[in-house]
Amino acid sequence: MTPELESAYRGRKLAARVAPAASGAAVVLALLPLFAVFAYVASHGARALSLTFFTEPVGVRGAGMANAIFGTIELVVLASAMGIPLGIAAGLYLAEYASTPLARAVRFSADVLAGVPSILVGVVVYAVVVVRMKQFSALAGAAALAVVMLPLVTRTTDELARAVPDSLREAALALGAPRWRTALFVVLRTAAPGIRSGCLLAVARVSGETAPLLFTAYNNRFFNESLLDPTSTLQVQIFTYTMTPNDDWHAQAWAAALVLVTLVIVLNVLARRLVAEEESG
Amino acid sequence: MNDSVDRLRARGARVEAVEASAKMSAAELSAWFGDKQALRSITLPLIERKVTAIIGPSGCGKSTFIRCLNRMHEVVAGARATGDVLLDGKSVYGADVDPVRVRRRVGMVFQKPNPFPTMSVRDNVLAGLRLSGIDPPDTDALVEEVLGQAALWDEVKDALDRPGGALSGGQQQRLCIARCLALEPEVVLMDEPCSSLDPIATAKIEELIHDLRDRYTIVVVTHSMQQAARVSDYTAFFYLGELVEYDHADVIFTKPSDPRTEDYITGRFG
Repeated sequence: MTPELESAYRGRKLAARVAPAASGAAVVLALLPLFAVFAYVASHGARALSLTFFTEPVGVRGAGMANAIFGTIELVVLASAMGIPLGIAAGLYLAEYASTPLARAVRFSADVLAGVPSILVGVVVYAVVVVRMKQFSALAGAAALAVVMLPLVTRTTDELARAVPDSLREAALALGAPRWRTALFVVLRTAAPGIRSGCLLAVARVSGETAPLLFTAYNNRFFNESLLDPTSTLQVQIFTYTMTPNDDWHAQAWAAALVLVTLVIVLNVLARRLVAEEESG
Repeated sequence: MNDSVDRLRARGARVEAVEASAKMSAAELSAWFGDKQALRSITLPLIERKVTAIIGPSGCGKSTFIRCLNRMHEVVAGARATGDVLLDGKSVYGADVDPVRVRRRVGMVFQKPNPFPTMSVRDNVLAGLRLSGIDPPDTDALVEEVLGQAALWDEVKDALDRPGGALSGGQQQRLCIARCLALEPEVVLMDEPCSSLDPIATAKIEELIHDLRDRYTIVVVTHSMQQAARVSDYTAFFYLGELVEYDHADVIFTKPSDPRTEDYITGRFG
């Protein structure tokens, strides 16, 4: 081996050691905030967690946050029931009729909607729903969350449905399947695993949304009795308690934060597990 | 316009009989992709319960031609066709004709095997019916019969619940043929059905084409002249979007009348 080649090899070997180390360090740096947040929330939150936190509502002595936990879940379920079917239908339309002017307009507005600050969504739902119904309600809160979910679900479905190879669409059409059946039973079914995890990620995303709820679901010290009542949620309850000077309530807010973060992490892990299962199975 | 059918007709009564027994025929069929013309006024009969092979170099319009026969051509954005295609003497391009119905009578097998990956072998076979909104009463018998026709039953009878994509390439292609046959089509179009298969799988498909000709009118697009010679009763040679010559396969491969056909089958170009 010539000396030049040898020195070139030495340089490469050095680079091969430095590059992975550098990117490893970048990974650690990127993960640091995540773990810092979780560790901080866990250490503060765990102290205030107790059984009553999960069993008692806010508005009683020795209170917990049962009503807020229930409210968060209630709103997310309601919002999903509104946002996911609509989003999937819209996304499938976009993918299957991509070249129509309507589809282009819808895709553009979905992208814009995804970029709208979520507090604006809250303001609009306040004006459109809350003012008309003359009260804050779970329904209004769920509607606001559904609007936040909608572009996420729509664009995920759109992307994944367009990734379904045309050969499968042609196979179905050549079998005499009408266009709509092809879309529903071949395209949607083929893209389903990805869409499912996309929906779970959208659910995780809105589980933590606070701003759209401030003037839609508002807050409630007790369990709401109907969907037309104002509803407490963990996120708004955290906001409310943090704004007070009361140490007890601060501790409760930390506990609520811990529960909320755990909920979001569980949803994320679930989404990823689903994808992994679909891919291996 | 080409004159090969006319020339054929000039040879005598045999051709009259040929046209009378046409299951399908193209009449002055032209096709475009946007501004680009892919087919130039093709007139060609497809004889009932016979195998017609379409040969020619890549890009000569073979695939476009058969896609016009079951109205799959128009699925591509910007694609259009003029002229006419007759099925049992009736136009498939009539204003009152639903392409969905045409495709159910004129089945198609694609170049690359395309079983539905999310469906089991069994569901793939039944997919055509289910996608048409039909729930067949005795699915087990139908699946066995159709897979048997496609010479696949013995290989997959214990794997009916495995995903269609888990089969080998040749098995996938026979699964696609079974899926097509389940609809009981009258005509089966095959677009280079063996081009992605190894020689053994190819031999199986060719054997299958042989067996199927008793029941179906078959059109096979191929760029393998050997394959066309082996499987077809009639052969049409396409070149640059035109039909150069059409005749009995043995005539095309032994004494073609057009010098371009002769050049192609003797391997001088293509």
